[in-house]
Amino acid sequence: MTTAVSFQNICRYFGPVRAVDDVTLDIAEGEFFAMLGPSGSGKTTCLRLIAGFEQPTSGHMEIFGVTSEGVPPYQRNVNTVFQDYALFPHMTVLDNVAYGLMVKGVDKATRQRKAQETLTLVALGSFGSRRPSQLSGGQRQRVALARALVNEPKVLLLDEPLGALDLKLREQMQVELKALQRNLGITFVFVTHDQGEALSMADRVAIFNEGKIVQVGSPEDIYERPKTKFVADFVGSSNVLSPAFSKSAGGPESWASLRPEKISIMQGKEKAPTWHQSANATITAAHYQGSVTRLNARISSGETINVTVPSSQGKFAEGEKIILHWPKEAVHIMAGEA
Amino acid sequence: MRSESPFLLKIAAIGCVAFLHVPLLLIFLYAFTTEEKSFQFPPPGYTMKWFSIVWDRQDIWDAIGLSVKVAGIATLLALILGTCAAAAVSRARFFGRDHISLLFILPIALPGIVTGIALRSAFGIMDIPFSTWTIVLGHTTFCMVVVYNNVLARFRRTSGSMIEASMDLGADGFQTFRHVVLPQIASALLAGGMLAFALSFDEVIVTTFTAGQQATLPIWMLSELIRPRQRPITNVVAIFVIAVTFVPILAAYYLTREGEHTGGTGK
Repeated sequence: MTTAVSFQNICRYFGPVRAVDDVTLDIAEGEFFAMLGPSGSGKTTCLRLIAGFEQPTSGHMEIFGVTSEGVPPYQRNVNTVFQDYALFPHMTVLDNVAYGLMVKGVDKATRQRKAQETLTLVALGSFGSRRPSQLSGGQRQRVALARALVNEPKVLLLDEPLGALDLKLREQMQVELKALQRNLGITFVFVTHDQGEALSMADRVAIFNEGKIVQVGSPEDIYERPKTKFVADFVGSSNVLSPAFSKSAGGPESWASLRPEKISIMQGKEKAPTWHQSANATITAAHYQGSVTRLNARISSGETINVTVPSSQGKFAEGEKIILHWPKEAVHIMAGEA
Repeated sequence: MRSESPFLLKIAAIGCVAFLHVPLLLIFLYAFTTEEKSFQFPPPGYTMKWFSIVWDRQDIWDAIGLSVKVAGIATLLALILGTCAAAAVSRARFFGRDHISLLFILPIALPGIVTGIALRSAFGIMDIPFSTWTIVLGHTTFCMVVVYNNVLARFRRTSGSMIEASMDLGADGFQTFRHVVLPQIASALLAGGMLAFALSFDEVIVTTFTAGQQATLPIWMLSELIRPRQRPITNVVAIFVIAVTFVPILAAYYLTREGEHTGGTGK
């Protein structure tokens, strides 16, 4: 398998700020790779390093085996879909898409044909003569995508491309982007702060925090087996169990994570299955959310545990005493607190 | 709250407009008078002969030619320098950027007489003889500010990622400027250029300090007013100046009106 993008101990400092701090990373060819993290975690700077808008302060970078330090953006076979789309307002949609071919000196007939083909690919075949200002947000997003894809890049960079779209459109575009990536076989590097987006689309996810990569792995790895407390917290609001509580519930004495939906509750005098770990708790808040109800339950040590239960299970009142229980294998032991 | 005295307000508005524009009308009126020494009202008779006299005066044509040449070159220099300065201030981050931004605007805030004296002594120290080019340099100082302000306002409104997008798609710096930046700032350049031209065309103070033997049109008019005879000639020339400066100012007004208001248009 060819390595598309390779970071070796890459650092990027802005004055005293360590935006990217000693990142080592390999992205394989044809992979859908997501960079996930809170804002200011260095994920966008990593994307800009690949695009060539930033140069590393130290470290070594390769794109398809070619050293990329000092190579300007216009000499890289990498294209970007910008967060604000950055379409050229003074050009028609077709001219926007044909721009990359025009500056490379492709003749007019060829570049217009290719631009038209790419517009058709993103289902905007009949919009070529419009201006970007006459399109909706979702359509602009597709134009930005077509404008990048027409250059047949080896790596496509997407900087929070779905951030400006409404929920329904965003879900639809997630499916389309994933299908597009499968069909074209291009390496996609996708930056997002939305964990749902990263988990549903990516082959592999890198979790960023404070300029460093905390964990790289498949969506299942990241979600089921978070390495640190930060990952457990950031990806899907997991419960982080203190070493003392883990032990009292019948596990080893170390930090552990427990997904809210893995916890069952008992309201009456039923008995928990003996192979389960359990704890007594008091409901402090109950939020009905349609198909599920989210509960905050305070355990005897004072910690709050989040629980997600099917709403069909019954009604829950604040102050009600319940028993939480979960299978042993649902508890994931973590390395540390970081 | 609706005004309780709309009638008084109307009178005040009409009064203001009259105060501003009646003197202009008088210029038009006395361009046609038969009386050449004093401006008596009403004019004793009307004639078109001053227009033909102006047409035949070579010194007027020379002054007009010089003014157009100076304004043209100063505007061109201002367009280049003003665009570069605006690009630097809006795009780059460097130490003391805000202070430099203020220094760019200062020439238009400073009284022309200060600019004039400063330039005159600078030319003197550097042994530069006064010529058309010293006038051009003097005018460029304030013309540049007008272009700078217009282009800067436009740069602030355009998304910086557009330039990155262009580079990303394979365009080098020159292609990006030609295909993306220039079309974005074209109307700002046109508006700024027209205002700069109009400012330069009727400039008196800086010109007085930086000109040698040459007379631009405003300088010629000043010297002509001192002479007792053939006064309506200056009125005819004044009509010409109004026509030349009014058209670009009006055009610039309409071009920039759709966007935000740009400062620094008056001197």
